[in-house]
Formats: sequence, C-alpha cells, structure tokens
Amino acid sequence: MSELVVPVLLTIITASTPLVFAAAGEVVVEKSGVLNLGVEGMMIVGAVVAFAVGVKTESATLAILSGATGGMLTAFIFGFLTLRLLANQVATGLALTIFGLGLSALIGHGFVGKTFSGLPKIGIPLLEQIPVLGSLLFVHDILVFLSVIAVFLITYVLNKTRLGLIIRAVGENHHAAHSIGYSVVWVRMGCILFGGSMAGLGGAYLSLAYTPLWVEGMTAGRGWIALALVVFASWRAWRAFFGAYLFGGITIIQLHAQGFGVDIASQFLSMLPYLATIVVLVLISNNSSRMMLNAPADLGKSFHASD
Amino acid sequence: MIDKKPILELLEISKAYPGVIANNRVNLEIKPGQIHALLGENGAGKSTLVKIIYGVQRCDSGKIKWEGSEVSQITPQIARKLGIGMVFQHFSLFDAMTVEENIALGIPANLANENLYQNIIDISEKYGLRLDPCRYVQTLSVGERQRIEVVRCLIQNPKLLIMDEPTSVLTPQEVDKLFKTLRRLSTQGVAILYISHKLQEIIDLCHVATIMRAGEVVDTCIPSEESPRSMAEMMMGANLMTPKKNERMISEKPYFCVNNLNHQSTMENGIDLKDITIQAHKGEILGVAGIAGNGQNELMEILSGEVRASDTSSVSIDQVSVGGLGPRKRRENGMGFVPEERLGHGAVPEMLLWENAFLSGYQSMKLMFNGFMNVAKSREYTEKIISSFKVKTPNVNVTANSLSGGNLQKFIFGREILQDPKVLIVFQPTWGVDAGSAAYIRQSLINIADRGAAVIVISQDLEELYEISDKISVICEGNLTKPKIIENISVEHVGLLMAGIKPLENDDLGDQ
Repeated sequence: MSELVVPVLLTIITASTPLVFAAAGEVVVEKSGVLNLGVEGMMIVGAVVAFAVGVKTESATLAILSGATGGMLTAFIFGFLTLRLLANQVATGLALTIFGLGLSALIGHGFVGKTFSGLPKIGIPLLEQIPVLGSLLFVHDILVFLSVIAVFLITYVLNKTRLGLIIRAVGENHHAAHSIGYSVVWVRMGCILFGGSMAGLGGAYLSLAYTPLWVEGMTAGRGWIALALVVFASWRAWRAFFGAYLFGGITIIQLHAQGFGVDIASQFLSMLPYLATIVVLVLISNNSSRMMLNAPADLGKSFHASD
Repeated sequence: MIDKKPILELLEISKAYPGVIANNRVNLEIKPGQIHALLGENGAGKSTLVKIIYGVQRCDSGKIKWEGSEVSQITPQIARKLGIGMVFQHFSLFDAMTVEENIALGIPANLANENLYQNIIDISEKYGLRLDPCRYVQTLSVGERQRIEVVRCLIQNPKLLIMDEPTSVLTPQEVDKLFKTLRRLSTQGVAILYISHKLQEIIDLCHVATIMRAGEVVDTCIPSEESPRSMAEMMMGANLMTPKKNERMISEKPYFCVNNLNHQSTMENGIDLKDITIQAHKGEILGVAGIAGNGQNELMEILSGEVRASDTSSVSIDQVSVGGLGPRKRRENGMGFVPEERLGHGAVPEMLLWENAFLSGYQSMKLMFNGFMNVAKSREYTEKIISSFKVKTPNVNVTANSLSGGNLQKFIFGREILQDPKVLIVFQPTWGVDAGSAAYIRQSLINIADRGAAVIVISQDLEELYEISDKISVICEGNLTKPKIIENISVEHVGLLMAGIKPLENDDLGDQ
C-alpha cells in the first residue's frame, strides 16, 4: 500500500511547495499594508532566471539564489512605483504580472527545450531511516525544507518579535506608525522585497524541481492561487501553508482521479481555491471585529508622510 | 519660579505647507519642572509645532536646542532617546492590537521586554490610569485609549512630556487625577508642554503660557494672573461671546421619547443599556453626562437608528414609533444627529464639503432632482453653511479632512442645524474644539432650542453641560438617572453620579 501512496504524497509536496513560498511571502507583504497582485509575474521571472542560471552554471545553489533575486528585483519595480511614486497598488500589481509574463518569455526564449538536472535530494540523518515516514518527510530537496522553515520563521517573526509588531503596525494604521516614528516606506519596501524573493523561490522551484525545464507561462496561474490563499488563510502564514497543501493535494488527486476514470471536470477543481476563498471571506467578514483582527486595516492604501 | 537653564529652546522655527504658513519664526523656551501651556485656536499652528519638536514633521528653518546643545536632526526615535514623550491629539494607536502591543510599539526596544506587562500595570496603578494590557484597542472607549498614550509616555521616564489636548475626553475626577500626576512629575523636574482649549485648566495647572495665532507667537502670560476670558481673547485677538440662555417656551408634552428601553450592546465589551427612559421636550436642552464607555456609544446608536431598538415602540417622535427605523427614515421624521467622530462618522474624510453636505441633507434640503444630484443647489447649501457658521475654508471643493477639527465641527453643526431638525442629538459637540468655535457651537445649540427643537447633548464636559442644558441626566454603566433641573444639582453631585457613587439621595431635589 505504502508503495502506492508515498509517491502520490511526494508529488503533492512538490506541487504545494511553490504555493507555500508565494503565499507565505505575500502574507508578509499584505500584513505591512501592501496589496501586490503581481505575485504571478514575480514567480515567473524567478522561474526563468533560476532556470537560465541553472543551465548556464550547472549550479543548483546559484540557480536558487538568482531565482530569489529575480523575484526581488521585479518586486522592487513594484515597490518603487507604489511607495515612491504613489502609484495605485492594484493597477501596478496587475501590470507587474503582465510585465513579468512578457519579460520571462523574452529571457527564456533561448532556453526552451533545454534541461536541468534537477535539485539534489537531501536526507536528514537518522530521521530518513524511519520506515515510510522517513522517505516521505525527511528526504527532499533543499527548497522543500526551506519552505517549511520559512513558514515557521514568518509566523514567529510576525507574532513574536518587535519587527513583526512593527510590520503589523504599519499595515494596521500607517499614519499612527509614522507619527510614532517608524518609516512606513522602508518597512513596506522591505516586506515587498521579501515577498518578491519568496515568490521568486516559488517560481524557481517550478523550473528547477517540479518540472525541470522552461516552458513559457509555466506558472499557470499559481500566483493567483497564492493570492487567494492569503485571504483564505486570513493572513496567517501557517494557515497559508496548510491551504497550499490542500490545493496542491487537490491538483494531484485530480490527476490521479482522472487516471482512475473518475470524471470530475478539471475546470471545477481549478476553480476550487477561488471558491474556498470566497467562502472564507464571507465567513470572516460576517463578524466585523474578527475581520478587523485579521485583515490589515490599511491594506492597499497609499501612504504619504504629509497627510 | 524656576531659575534653571531651559531644557528645550526653539529658535525661529518656520514651517510652511502648500498655501499655509503653519509656523512663522516661532521662539519658545521650556524649563525643567515647568508646566508650559501652548494656547491658540484650531489651526493656529500648535499641533505642527509640537510635531516638529517630536520629530514627526521637519521644520523648514530654525534651530532646536535640547539641554543647551543644538539638535541637528530629530525623529521620534531620537526625541524619545533624548527624553521627550508625547501624547497625540489624534491617537497614534492600532485598533487591532492589544494595549500591551500598542505600548511596546511606542517605546524603545530595550523597554519592550517581558517585564512590560507588569510595568504597564504598575504605572497605571501608580498614576490611577486603569488599563488592562490584554484588551484590544478597538474595544476601548476614547478615554481609555488616551490612557494608553499617557502610560506609553510615563513608562519611559520622560524629561519633557508633550500633551496635545489630553483632558478633552476625561471626566472631572479623571482630570483631577491627571493633574495630580502632572504636578507630581513637575516637582520631579519633568517639563510639560501642555496644549488645551480648556482655559480654566490652564489657569489651575500651568506656570507659563505662550499664545499663538495664525502661526506666530503673539503673547505670553502667567495663567494664574489671567481669567479664561482674557486668555481666550488673547488667542482670538477679538472679544469672546459667551453663550446666553434665553427664557423659552417648553412644550408640555415630551416630543421625543425613549421608554424603558433595554438594549444589548452590539460592540465587543460594550455596555448594555438598562431600562432607559428619556423625555425630551420641545424647546429644551437635555444634557447626558457620563464618563466615556458607560453606554454613551450604545445610546447614540439607538437614538440615531444606526442600531434598531428591539422593541420598535420604545423610541418615538411625537407619539409615532421610530424605534424600527434607520437614520435616513429618522431624518425624514425631523431628527438630526452629530456623532462623536467627526472624520469617518460625521463626515466622509475624502469627500468634498458639498458632497458631505449633500449626503446628510439631500432629503430635507431637497437636493435631488429626478434621481440626480442637484450639484448647484448642493453647493449653494454648502456655501450657506460656511457663511452662516463662519467655517474657515477656501471654498466648498475641499475635502472634509483638510479642515481643522473646530472648523469641521462647525461645518457639521451648520449642516444639521440648517436642516431645521425638530430633534437634534449631539455627542461630544465640542471635543477638541477651540474656545471661540466651542462658544459658537454652544450658542447655536441654544438657538435651535429657542426655535423649538428638542435637543439632547451627550457629553463628558460638565462645564459645557452646565452652560447650555436645562436638565441633566447621568449615564453610568448603562443606567440613566432621572433628569434634574440644572440649577438644582451641583457639579460635585453630578461628578459622583458619573463615577457610579450614589450621593445621599434627596429625591425632591428638582425631580421632574
């Protein structure tokens, strides 16, 4: 039995990891009061840069680092436009997605059809020898481990540290944060860059490990699912993690279900994350005080110090 | 009185905003242990000046000296490090966070440690500023929110404490307590820069006063040698009118009634209203005194119809039940409201003045035309508000949040009063409003009662209630006392009722 189930569960982990990265990063961005709808764009830039560097250098480490950097640089454009030039966040985010898709196609042009060796698997000593669980949980590539660590760190930093308190304060009431003396612009820029590098890592995982090759538009809407997951998770990183695994799971089980001849329209399944998000939104906005405690009050609002 | 070197010196500070000079070559000197009042009307530049001292705003020119040496650049962090604490007029608080988190954000990182919880409790007990560190700010009243700001400063042992209108939301007892705290700090050598519109307080508390008008320092004085009136006139540069009560016809039957209303609060940690009975007569002003957070918010919601009464007959106008109607329908029945929050409740901050006027007055002022907005008529109405209530604004096309507090409040009052309501319900009408505007607002409340409206004023400001009300009730823990004729009940008596202490009851004393 385990010979059948373990491979399925392993594919669920690989399908979910890109979502974990992108959604957990976006949680931080939105907690600081910024709505960056360009997750898809940052992911795909991360994917193509990571793949290109991976093919050229044959180094997994360099490929991963450059994927994160690619996402971060794309995010910087967004940060500059919205924080410095006070551009509308929604419009800028949408533009960033379109820009990212186009740019990645341009960069990736020469890399179509090339292959990358994939990321090496790392086993955690001793733990990997546990029967069944060992190979399921403790033998993975570095990015899977990193995604779990990132979720732990984000949850810890946001809830238990002063930095997290400041990030939440800026997202909650930017005028008050400013008058107490925090730099709203720099805190937000930091969060945007962090979110960008996380989205970049999510993209890098797609092109380096999930399907180690470059295909134009290969993120296939995962950035949007990540955005939906943030709301679904009511802005908690650990809930976003479980949400990502839920949807990763649905995607994989759908494939296997089709293989077994169970007939569920794939469109229906790909619709599920958004449907679930709407349900969650209805549930949490039902109670106004719970909504206030979860959603950053100044989400999506531009800040200018002279107001 | 104190012959010491100044702890803070401002030299020729200037700051301009587009179109306005907020501060023009301001000089100011504060000595250790001195309680220094900064006086001026709304928009005189006091808030800008203290923001410059605290480093929230940067001045265009001028020098700031701290303990004799020049400070080239000042940010709130640097200010706190130097020993400057500030209580903001518009609280810098985060609704979705706890009291403890809010305090942690406003103090240096090394103080925000695991002892903070105990520190908050110690300080709040020491100074009688009751606070529960675990509560979320959104569940607290305005008065409680201010305590957070005060405690946040005191926890840092400041050398200079800036207080921007700290008492506007406190009860007399709370004010007394705060003053004791401030005097104690003063004897410990802490300098206090104190902004308030309550001139009697300044006389009681402050050693020196600097008076500002239109961005400039125009005068200084020793408050104990002045009267409230003389200081108000220095601020305005003109004579102050005092509200004048006239003899008026009071209707025999009550016009607006609340009968035995029980209401469970919809707010988290709210106060339930218990068996409330109000009888407002035409031509009469009923004052409702009470410490913030004793059910006033709930009462205002029920009276305005933002929350419907469970028993629709428990609220009635002229014997017609309106308890089941919302605010718009109640306006149709001749009611007008001025809520506590000017921005966001009384007016839409980002909307233009004429749009705000339209929103509340489109029914009674007939500003709709076949389903469309009649823009010309709305502007005309707004201009009438501005001219008859002396609202200082360049024109009707500015957003509500660009007006200073007093001006916006005058605008909101004008908007309601020009609709000629038969029942007017106002909540904290002069909170954070300067003496001149406050006098004007109070007079207009008296005038509309003269014209035969039933007026209910919910306020913490006893001085104000005594100036304008005919009768007074006290709300405490959701219970409302029977109204007493104002001449027959002393301020002390009301103060005790507000604190929930039943003084020796003398029932025939002015009972209605």
